[in-house]
Amino acid sequence: MHMADALLSPAVGTTLWAGTAAVTSYASKKLKREIDDRTIPLMGVLGAFIFAAQMINFTIPGTGSSGHLGGGMILAIILGPHAAILVIASVLTVQALFFADGGLLALGCNIWNLGFYPCYLVYPLLYKPLVGNSQKPGRILVASLVSAVTALQLGAFSVVLETLLSGKSELPFGAFLLLMQPIHLAIGIIEGLVTAGIINYVRSARPELLETMAALRPLDASISLKKIMATFIVLAVITGGALSWFASTHPDGLEWSIEKVTGKGELPEQENGIAPVLKGIQEKTAFLPDYGFKPAGNDAKEGEAPPVWPGIEAGTSVAGLIGAVIVLGMIVLIGMGIRSFRRGCT
Amino acid sequence: MSHHIIEFRDVCFRYPDGTEALKGISFRITHGESVGVVGANGSGKSTLIRHMNGCLLPTSGTVNIGDFPLTVKTRRELRRKVGIVFQDPDDQLFMPTVFDDVAFGPLNLGMDEACVREKVRGALDVVHCLDLQDKPPHRLSLGQKSAVAIASVMAMDPDILAMDEPAANLDPRSRRSLIAFLKTFKHSKMIASHDLDLILDVCERCIVIGDGRVVADGPSAELLSNRTMLEENSLELPLSLQGR
Amino acid sequence: MTFSDHYFDIDRLDRLSRKETFVHRLDPRVKTIATMLFLITVISFPKYEVAALVPFFLFPVLMLTLGDIPAGFIAGKILLVSPFAILIGLFNPFLDTRIVAVVAGLPVSAGILSFLSILLKFVLTISAALLLIATTSFPGVCHALRQLGFPAIFVSQLLLLYRYLFVLLEEAMRIVRARDMRSSGARGAGVRVFVRLVGVLFLRAVDRAERIYHAMLSRGFQGDLPTLRPSRVTAVDLAFLAATIAFLAGFRFSQVAEGIGRSAQELLR
Repeated sequence: MHMADALLSPAVGTTLWAGTAAVTSYASKKLKREIDDRTIPLMGVLGAFIFAAQMINFTIPGTGSSGHLGGGMILAIILGPHAAILVIASVLTVQALFFADGGLLALGCNIWNLGFYPCYLVYPLLYKPLVGNSQKPGRILVASLVSAVTALQLGAFSVVLETLLSGKSELPFGAFLLLMQPIHLAIGIIEGLVTAGIINYVRSARPELLETMAALRPLDASISLKKIMATFIVLAVITGGALSWFASTHPDGLEWSIEKVTGKGELPEQENGIAPVLKGIQEKTAFLPDYGFKPAGNDAKEGEAPPVWPGIEAGTSVAGLIGAVIVLGMIVLIGMGIRSFRRGCT
Repeated sequence: MSHHIIEFRDVCFRYPDGTEALKGISFRITHGESVGVVGANGSGKSTLIRHMNGCLLPTSGTVNIGDFPLTVKTRRELRRKVGIVFQDPDDQLFMPTVFDDVAFGPLNLGMDEACVREKVRGALDVVHCLDLQDKPPHRLSLGQKSAVAIASVMAMDPDILAMDEPAANLDPRSRRSLIAFLKTFKHSKMIASHDLDLILDVCERCIVIGDGRVVADGPSAELLSNRTMLEENSLELPLSLQGR
Repeated sequence: MTFSDHYFDIDRLDRLSRKETFVHRLDPRVKTIATMLFLITVISFPKYEVAALVPFFLFPVLMLTLGDIPAGFIAGKILLVSPFAILIGLFNPFLDTRIVAVVAGLPVSAGILSFLSILLKFVLTISAALLLIATTSFPGVCHALRQLGFPAIFVSQLLLLYRYLFVLLEEAMRIVRARDMRSSGARGAGVRVFVRLVGVLFLRAVDRAERIYHAMLSRGFQGDLPTLRPSRVTAVDLAFLAATIAFLAGFRFSQVAEGIGRSAQELLR
């Protein structure tokens, strides 16, 4: 599941971007030093391959719903972690731009969730030890299953954390987890089966191929994991710290937004001479009817809404609503104007 | 005697999976020659072409470019003397636009900007594709792709142009215009194909390959009218000579 | 086994991105930076903000109209996009039921406000990303990334990915078509067949990569994809960027929608 821009706060978005930037530039440096030239076209073509494979849907056994290949694990297995994370980042970039999957700010999160875990955690710490030097299809199947499931669980868990830290969703932690983890267990199992299937197919059709490709890449870097984590933590602390300092100077949340929307001291004027039309509107649209400014005697709705949220001034909020509609209308008109002007020109 | 550009001396090649593709190939090509290489599927044509600039190195025997043998050490330097146009133009055109693609070679040779632009313009002009230079390769027709692929190689000023099945998958009209172009194109070249009419039209000399060996080497007009020899090698007379 | 419609969208966006308009001619770096700033500004609004987000629609509308991009196509893509954000946001009205307003006799809860806010942010961010790619060729974006300091190797393989996307999608379509012709109905749509099919696709991709590598070597490849693209940032580009920043700052820190609304009220009064 792709993390989305609309759920992100700037602090979480930029922190994860910083982490992703650190990991990908580390991977690029590593590759630049140790890679065989021929890996560059291989990376590009395999990225395109993941896309082509994703375009083909298949039916998930027993459910009738359709699935497709994610591809993170298979890239890590074939290309090794450094090259794989760059390819995954590329695939996600193209998805963010062309399919609007997630968005460009959330891209940092998505590369982290879907790239970092399979490449730098699961592949060196789970897949490699589980497979060992064995070529047996059964062993590959087990390793792929465990790896894909773990990678996707970590990814889904990150989505939950990122969403909660951003604070745009009201979902409580537990409920969100219950929503995300089981779905991704299912997705992970499918991904593992497909990954193992492809690896085993390639192994039987062209046994030498995987070895040749393994020889192309630099030594797998489970050792340097520490370095990556350290860089990420430092970057996260710096950006997170800077941003939360910045954010703390502006109180966040409902209070703040309402405070901003209202602006003080205009209420009395409005109370004095409201036109009958607007008065009608206001009666229908009165925010927080129990609040003191309402014209006396107009208390029909007083009992309906519980007095939970003091501090909202009706007149200005209505102004916001009316303004929003007017602005939207203006923007549409501008758009149509430009369009017809262009048509007229050509 | 004019100096040879390329010389194969008893070249053998075995693929990692054990297939013996070339079993002792020898020939030499001199300046200005236009040589066709014909043979059935799997006879070793593509493997031979890939030996011409060191994509593959012989298991035994030598390939000489000018006076130098092609080895792991020399191939980077010698490579630019032999321009290879591969069978699938999609493999050849890997850059985002036609211009970028044709400029790739000259830029790698370290030319400056004005020089690169000059080369690109010249090469695209030769194949009549100047107006395509801003297009991305996936928007070109197959015929246009083939033409641009040739331009991208010509921009490097190779001593010889080697082509692998240049007319494969082309529609008749594109094929016709390719042949017309190759006929007017006075440059040393070597064309591997089983389009025998194309070879007959374009190349004065022809090398017939069968099972990794040179079966015959001589004037195209003579070899390509030898029905028995051709049929022994799973080939047939060019349509233009079948007298229908 | 079916083939996703996404393919045709890539193709359509690719075609759109090669138009010649004022927006298309802007420097890719400038457009990328402007888009990122736009996204950060939109996202930076607090959870319950609704009205102040509306003026930001001016940016996508201008890109759309000046860039001559069909609005229906972009709207359709926004609707069809995977609705994760909306799905998650949809919980808000049920979980945050504190009533903060009554509009037309209906109580409005804080959850509805925050959901509306997510919805607006969703449409704004998605359309900005789509419009960036609809008005800037993908290679243009790649070069922008390179010039903005992204690693060369990343950009090189991203360019190759894009180039071979079209080739491999064609290949995948051919394989799927061949499969569909020989399998009736549900047979052939399962995981087992999928794996074989993708395996074949994979082997062909690896072979292709090898051939591309040879073609690259033949033309002097030394690990880099050099290009002659002296894209210089012009005065127009800088003006565009300055205008965007002014626009974002203006709409971020002043309550435009609300101000207009209040003036309207005054007028009516």
